[in-house]
Amino acid sequence: MLETAYLIPVYPLFAFTVIIFFTRWNEKLSSAISIGAILIGLVHSVGVLLALISRHGLPYEVSVPFIQHPKILLEVGMWIDPLTAVMLVVVAIVSSCVQVYSLGYMHGDPRWSRYFSYLSLFTFSMLGLVISNNFFMIFMFWELVGLTSYLLIGFWFEKKTASDAGKKAFITNRIGDFGFIIGIILLFAYAGTANYQEVFAKVSAGAISPGMLTAIGILLFCGAVGKSAQFPLHVWLPDAMEGPTPVSALIHAATMVAAGVYMVARGMTVFAGSAEASTVIAVIGLITSFMAATIALTQVDIKRVLAYSTCSQLGYMIMALGLYGVDYAHHHHSVGYYAGTFHLMTHAFFKALLFLGAGSVIHAVHTNDIFEMGGLRKKMNITSITFLIACLSISGIPPFSGFFSKDEIVVASSTHPFFFVGTLLIAFMTAFYMFRLYFLTFEGSPRNQHKYDHAHESPTSMTLPLIVLGFLSIFAGWTGLPFEWFGLTGFSHFVYHGELAEHHPSYLLMAISVVVGGSGILFSYLIYKRKAWSSEAIKAKVLPIQKFLFNKWYIDELYEATIIQPTLTLARKLWWFDASVIDGMVNFAGWFTVKWADAKELFDKYIIDGAVNGIGHVCMAGSFFLRFIQTGKVQFYALVIIVTSVAVVLYKVTPQGAIIYLVLALIVGGVGLLSRLARPERAETD
Amino acid sequence: MENFGTSLGLFWEFIKANPIFCLLAFITILSALYVVTLRNIFHCAIFLVLALFGVAGIYILLGAEFLAAVQVLIYVGAVSILMIFAIMLTAHLASKRISQNNEQTGIAIFASAGFLMVSLGSFAYSIWRVQTTELPENNTLEIGKLLMTDFVLPFEVVSIVLLAAMIGAIVLARREKS
Amino acid sequence: MMMAYLALAAILFAIGIFGVLTRRNAIGILMSLELMFNAVNINLVTFNKFIAPEGLTGQIFAIFVVVVAAAEAVVGLAIVLLLYRNWKGVDIDNINIMKW
Repeated sequence: MLETAYLIPVYPLFAFTVIIFFTRWNEKLSSAISIGAILIGLVHSVGVLLALISRHGLPYEVSVPFIQHPKILLEVGMWIDPLTAVMLVVVAIVSSCVQVYSLGYMHGDPRWSRYFSYLSLFTFSMLGLVISNNFFMIFMFWELVGLTSYLLIGFWFEKKTASDAGKKAFITNRIGDFGFIIGIILLFAYAGTANYQEVFAKVSAGAISPGMLTAIGILLFCGAVGKSAQFPLHVWLPDAMEGPTPVSALIHAATMVAAGVYMVARGMTVFAGSAEASTVIAVIGLITSFMAATIALTQVDIKRVLAYSTCSQLGYMIMALGLYGVDYAHHHHSVGYYAGTFHLMTHAFFKALLFLGAGSVIHAVHTNDIFEMGGLRKKMNITSITFLIACLSISGIPPFSGFFSKDEIVVASSTHPFFFVGTLLIAFMTAFYMFRLYFLTFEGSPRNQHKYDHAHESPTSMTLPLIVLGFLSIFAGWTGLPFEWFGLTGFSHFVYHGELAEHHPSYLLMAISVVVGGSGILFSYLIYKRKAWSSEAIKAKVLPIQKFLFNKWYIDELYEATIIQPTLTLARKLWWFDASVIDGMVNFAGWFTVKWADAKELFDKYIIDGAVNGIGHVCMAGSFFLRFIQTGKVQFYALVIIVTSVAVVLYKVTPQGAIIYLVLALIVGGVGLLSRLARPERAETD
Repeated sequence: MENFGTSLGLFWEFIKANPIFCLLAFITILSALYVVTLRNIFHCAIFLVLALFGVAGIYILLGAEFLAAVQVLIYVGAVSILMIFAIMLTAHLASKRISQNNEQTGIAIFASAGFLMVSLGSFAYSIWRVQTTELPENNTLEIGKLLMTDFVLPFEVVSIVLLAAMIGAIVLARREKS
Repeated sequence: MMMAYLALAAILFAIGIFGVLTRRNAIGILMSLELMFNAVNINLVTFNKFIAPEGLTGQIFAIFVVVVAAAEAVVGLAIVLLLYRNWKGVDIDNINIMKW
């Protein structure tokens, strides 16, 4: 199983190739191939996870040199350790659920096969990303993931907002990737290698100076900022909701945005080596989380709420990992690593569930606006129950999985007062806005009777994944409990960084987190279900704040004014330069060439042709005179022979004599010729 | 002028010393001159015969008796007769009054004079290894022996040459059967 | 003495050259050619007597020259007869088809 783990990304790649080249026209076959490939990948991933568990988490590495040069070695390889195995299983499960769900959701779409091929390509990229063993390889898959995200967000590209959103996602990602690749190159330059293990060994041994390590850490984190939609590069995630909802579930909830968190977890040795970099990470995580949570309070589009929720939860994970790095640099033990990675896994399940449920609702009522919904619980049983499970999970209510992971994050931040307060505040807001969403969508009386009448439960292809994910949202978190699972005691003993350390559960903190979550639910219940306090009244009182939050803190407008407009202006100025100056030069070159060709034509006609014709004329003129040598008479030829041979013999004796002789011969001959011409022609003898 | 006089004197001495040679030489050269200048081609042929006789005499002076006999037999007796036959067969009445020399005469004199100068000059300035061994007495016998031993191949070849010439001449001169 | 014979041969040869270059009649040219052959023969025999007496090589060479010259005169005259038949005359000046 482990030896062939490199095949796991290959199954969906194979599906992509086959669909693109061979089965585009057969819709059923395309989706069958795609789903088949991912299911095989899922089975294989589970096998890898079990194999790894039986080895007690001993990592497995295989690599093949790709470019070999005395100074540079780029390799292609895989590194299977517990984190990788868990990620493989998570990605495979969510991807298969999403693909099965898409059978129902995308029904009737004209570009069906292309959709499934893109999904397969994305799955290949993501699986490759988690399985790679060196920084260059992860960067390659990083870019591929960005590309497929662009393709899928802009899938309905006839809509201008969708194609714009695709562009925005890709470009924002690229800005983060710029920092990322610089960080990788610096790391490669200072560590001499890109392989994870060798780099970590070098960093642990202190081969890189602290200042450089901080810089590298921050640069590498730039990639995570872009990919995981952290502040300031979070702007693409809400707009990415223009894509189909299964896409949002797969990419922008569970997997691609998790790639940034995965990368930070993977490279923790580098980040933890520098307290400054880890502080930056933690602070940005906190800012993002807080900001996104506040915006989510006011949104009316069901998918936007979920998008900002994702942003906020990612901030949570990043913050936890950052706090772990800070503690590690100060030689304290922290549960931050365990918290961040564990929350990554549980969040993938319940966020995917939330998105798929939202998609089910949208499919039923054909609108995204939650103020057009209401009372759907009676009409859509499965959807509403699973949605409720996910909301409880995200709010951190036991015994759902979210409780376990969120609790660990609270514990991780407990040693840093400022972060602790922030974490609790965000947890309160999370619970509040998630249940606001639930109550407005599924409870109460329908606000749009027409839409309500047409609503119906979704087909099995869509509800089955919901049930599976609901199941996981409850039980996946139980792996965090310190019970024996196949010989291991819990998630924290499987996925860890540095040395394995025991940590003791703090019941006080558990209680605090439950109280905070519960109070959020309570407030939401009071406002939206029981209508004890009117939401409009609250809104009117804090209208400026509400506007600020509703408009996403005006960050998009800020970027537009300070970055985009100047860039466009610069582009326009450069275009002017190109059109007038460069094109002017090119046109001049063309005109000049034509004139030059004309001159050369003259030259060719008169001089070259003149020379060639001249040679002909000279030959003819010469022959006109030379032909007289051919008199046709043998005696004349004999004469010439005699004269010449005498001259040659004479030359041997006296060169001057020979010349005199020849000259005299010519004179006598000329005289004879002239006298012959002067004499009248005698009569013929015969 | 004294040089000229001295050389004339030497010349006279020479003539007095070798009278027969000088006589024969004079006859030969005169006949040759007539051969190349006379208008009547028949007269040219007669003078050719005389020149050939003179050359035969020179041979005898040089001690080549057999060669002199061969000369008279072949050249005078056959070739000259052949020439005369040919002249008679191709005679043309009008040709007797027109000069037989073409327009190249002037330059031809120049050429042959040049040749003569070059030859005489080369003869005079060469270093000859003159040997004074006597020739064998019986010329004919010696030549006969040599023809049969050392020179048998040229001997045979030359007979084939004669055969070929004879056949060739017959073929060429035969009248067309029409 | 040898010089006298050589001079005689040279003079005869020069006269022969003059005749070949000058005569109009084809037979005249052949006759001048015979003069040239004879001059050569005199040269050969002179060398035989004065320079290389043993072996009589010069004389034998001269004999062969005579024979071959005779054969050549035969063929030449045959050609002259043909000429006469075709051009009704033996004036060499008329044989100039290769003229420009």
